[in-house]
Amino acid sequence: MSTDVTATTSAPAPPGKDGPASGGGLLQLMRDGLRRNMRQYGMLIALGLIVALFAWLTDGDLLLPRNVSNLVLQNSYILVLAVGMMMVIIAGHIDLSVGSLTAFVGAFAAVLTVQQDISWPVAVVLCLLVGAVAGAVQGFFIAYGGIPSFIVTLAGMLIFRGLTEILLAGQTLGPFPEGMQKIGNGFMPEAGPETNYHNITLLLGIALIVFVVLQEIRDRGRQQEFALDVLPRNIFLLKLAVMASAILVVTLLLASYKGAPIVLLILGVLVVGYSYVMRNTVFGRHIYAIGGNLPAAKLSGVKDKKVTFLVFVNMGALAALAGMAIAARLNAASPKAGLNYELEAIASAFIGGASMSGGVGTVFGAIIGGLVLGVLNNGMNLLDVGTDWQQVIKGLALLAAVGFDVWNKRRVGS
Amino acid sequence: MAGPVLEMRSIVKTFPGVKALSDVTLTVRQGEVHAICGENGAGKSTLMKVLSGVHSHGSYEGEILFEGEPCRFRNIRASEQRGIVIIHQELALVPYLSLAENIFLGNEHARRGFINWNETLRHATRLLRQVGLDDHPETRVADIGVGKQQLVEIAKALSKKVKLLILDEPTAALNDEDSGKLLDLILELKKQGITSIIISHKLNEIRRVADSVTILRDGRSIETLDVKASETTEDRIISGMVGRDLDHRFPERTPHRAEEGAAPALEIRNWTVYHPIDRTRKVVDDVSVHVRRGEIVGIAGLMGAGRTELAMNVFGRTYGRYAGGTVLKDGREIQTRHVADAVAHGIAYVTEDRKHYGLNLIDTINRNISLTALDKVAKRGVVDEHEERKVAEGFRRSMNIKAPTVFEPVGKLSGGNQQKVVLSKWIFAGPDVLILDEPTRGIDVGAKYEIYTVIDQLAAEGKAVVFISSELPELLGMCDRIYTMAAGRLTGEFSRAEASQEALMRQMTKDKEVTR
Repeated sequence: MSTDVTATTSAPAPPGKDGPASGGGLLQLMRDGLRRNMRQYGMLIALGLIVALFAWLTDGDLLLPRNVSNLVLQNSYILVLAVGMMMVIIAGHIDLSVGSLTAFVGAFAAVLTVQQDISWPVAVVLCLLVGAVAGAVQGFFIAYGGIPSFIVTLAGMLIFRGLTEILLAGQTLGPFPEGMQKIGNGFMPEAGPETNYHNITLLLGIALIVFVVLQEIRDRGRQQEFALDVLPRNIFLLKLAVMASAILVVTLLLASYKGAPIVLLILGVLVVGYSYVMRNTVFGRHIYAIGGNLPAAKLSGVKDKKVTFLVFVNMGALAALAGMAIAARLNAASPKAGLNYELEAIASAFIGGASMSGGVGTVFGAIIGGLVLGVLNNGMNLLDVGTDWQQVIKGLALLAAVGFDVWNKRRVGS
Repeated sequence: MAGPVLEMRSIVKTFPGVKALSDVTLTVRQGEVHAICGENGAGKSTLMKVLSGVHSHGSYEGEILFEGEPCRFRNIRASEQRGIVIIHQELALVPYLSLAENIFLGNEHARRGFINWNETLRHATRLLRQVGLDDHPETRVADIGVGKQQLVEIAKALSKKVKLLILDEPTAALNDEDSGKLLDLILELKKQGITSIIISHKLNEIRRVADSVTILRDGRSIETLDVKASETTEDRIISGMVGRDLDHRFPERTPHRAEEGAAPALEIRNWTVYHPIDRTRKVVDDVSVHVRRGEIVGIAGLMGAGRTELAMNVFGRTYGRYAGGTVLKDGREIQTRHVADAVAHGIAYVTEDRKHYGLNLIDTINRNISLTALDKVAKRGVVDEHEERKVAEGFRRSMNIKAPTVFEPVGKLSGGNQQKVVLSKWIFAGPDVLILDEPTRGIDVGAKYEIYTVIDQLAAEGKAVVFISSELPELLGMCDRIYTMAAGRLTGEFSRAEASQEALMRQMTKDKEVTR
């Protein structure tokens, strides 16, 4: 899946030793890198193992093109929520309202497009606005009112769920106009000659590979220009090859079915965009700073209230996006939509390396965490495991991931 | 006089990298009030932690005899069972529990886990009377003042059948009236046969309640004096506290000559601050100070003198409640109500508490250094990571920060290197005025010298430096001019030539006298 791109671009390159690496040096380098980024690699490896396990248990059904496509469609909204939730948690807060908010926005979208016949692009914009406003109201109480986020968003959770039922009068409302439906379960349009693959998806995948490779080479060049340590040449090439083939495999899988789902494209843009924001912008830095040490951030002149407020505005807008995707996929707004999604998003963030006390985590980590849960969901569905046991197993996965993290930190002694 | 109730012999306590106590001997007689005094960092609190079992037996060397028997306390509980109770500077009361609940916390009147409230309340009332409180035992601790809370701590100690009561700077957070009451109570307890050890650097208090005083300096016990003896004057105690050889070295410094006429880089006029919670207590009282470009100005004072409180309130009101005063930068009045304003006006405050207020310990060196001035390495809100890394690498070399790369989390660095990161961070912000609050606290001698060199360089570049410190030798070695503060007031101003350790200490220990 194309989200893997950010894996390697956003992970800080382990600084290399001076001079070209010999065979022993290479091993040493990999060991160093592993130790340094234990959490990131650990989760990637865990995800790989879970995929392999379910691929084996389902006789390969998990990796059938149709199922991969499904997996993306089923989990996209949790991933969207997890991105926003990761930012909230890094800032040292929590948002319990997002599940209810997705339902509320879905209902709002249905009222606009189904009852009021407003054209769907306008409705999309209005929905995003409503989400942002909902986030802003909560953010205001948290940042400027000084009420703990747990309380404010717990209230929000109740309020938005209630408003959803009021808006829908307890009914399910649908179907959505066709354009709107595409957000949830549409695929990229097809063009060009008949191949066995989806042409546009293939092109997109290839373009992505070229982009990533060029970006990496440019980065390496700039690092050398500043006389900073870079990865030895052979390791750098290996890294490029691994990244390119990962993108290629996912592209081929998707292209041999109906092509890339539209929601995957949206998700890809979000992940790349938010990774960039969190890593490279002043705003992103300030989020890490207030979550890591609030008094120190204040004494450094960081406008902590404004940053907190904006983080919640953003969470609201992302919840709105997820809400539309859910409603569009079900092709109806339901009062029970998005139930417990806040918990899945929070679990994704923590599996993906967030810390209860804030200041730690990456957008990429949230995606990995979300995918771990997603593959567990999907794999267990294929195996006809009941939802009762699914919950038990997901709970254990959360406990194991965070337990491993705590154990690992204690071992390293940091 | 009675024989010794407590003997501590040749106590040595080492923390990683620092020898906090090297050979301390303390003898306390039965039924006396014994004061311990010394500069900040002399080892007073560490000694008391050794005595009370906070530092368990085996983590220090030396011998402790209490009532003639050797003591090997594994924890506080063990020492309390023997009747040794310590009351720390930070009170250990649970604010939302009642006085009675607090007094018997961990020591409840209970049968099989069920609390006997009648017995609890009756006993609590009796103990509260004993310390002179007539509040109802079901009052919440949060609803009484700090002075009374201190008395509740003593009541709690009494409930544990205390024989030796240790008070760590008990009046540091109290106003005059409450301090007086507390001191009276200590004398009252003495009549009831309770021995007390009181850590204090307020000499008038020591003279009022103590029978003898032991002076600690640099982790050693220097001498024990009889307070009632006529030759034990305040000056005598002071010379004991400061009389050390100048074992720190300082960079050669050409004293600054103030340019006449030019306005000071920073001038603070008539600044007053109230305590953030106790609204009756002035922590900074009508203080006026100034610093010129190229000048290093010291502010000397002991704990609670109001130096940090002054600096933090001026710097974006980050401590306490502002109650008047103006700031002038280069002769023009400025507003520093928010940190961002102060930074924009070219003022930097380097905190004394780098772990809580200075650094994001879980983040890397480069990100800590760039935080205050991210805009300098960013274009349109996007941080140029390469540029940032280059800047951080530059500081790593010039400040000699010992770390393999700038991607090391600062939490893993030693104290001295962390301090260098905090300094780098504020130097990178490019201020005209740097307020350095205890910049060498808790770091080793080698790193201290490096930091002195940096400070010297900053002044040579024309920056104005305010140097807050409790270590007199470093102020004398570095500063062009030194102010002294005590109990929130400015008590003196010395030129480099006039200043001596004795003269400064006299003004620093001045409690309620009028400014010269």
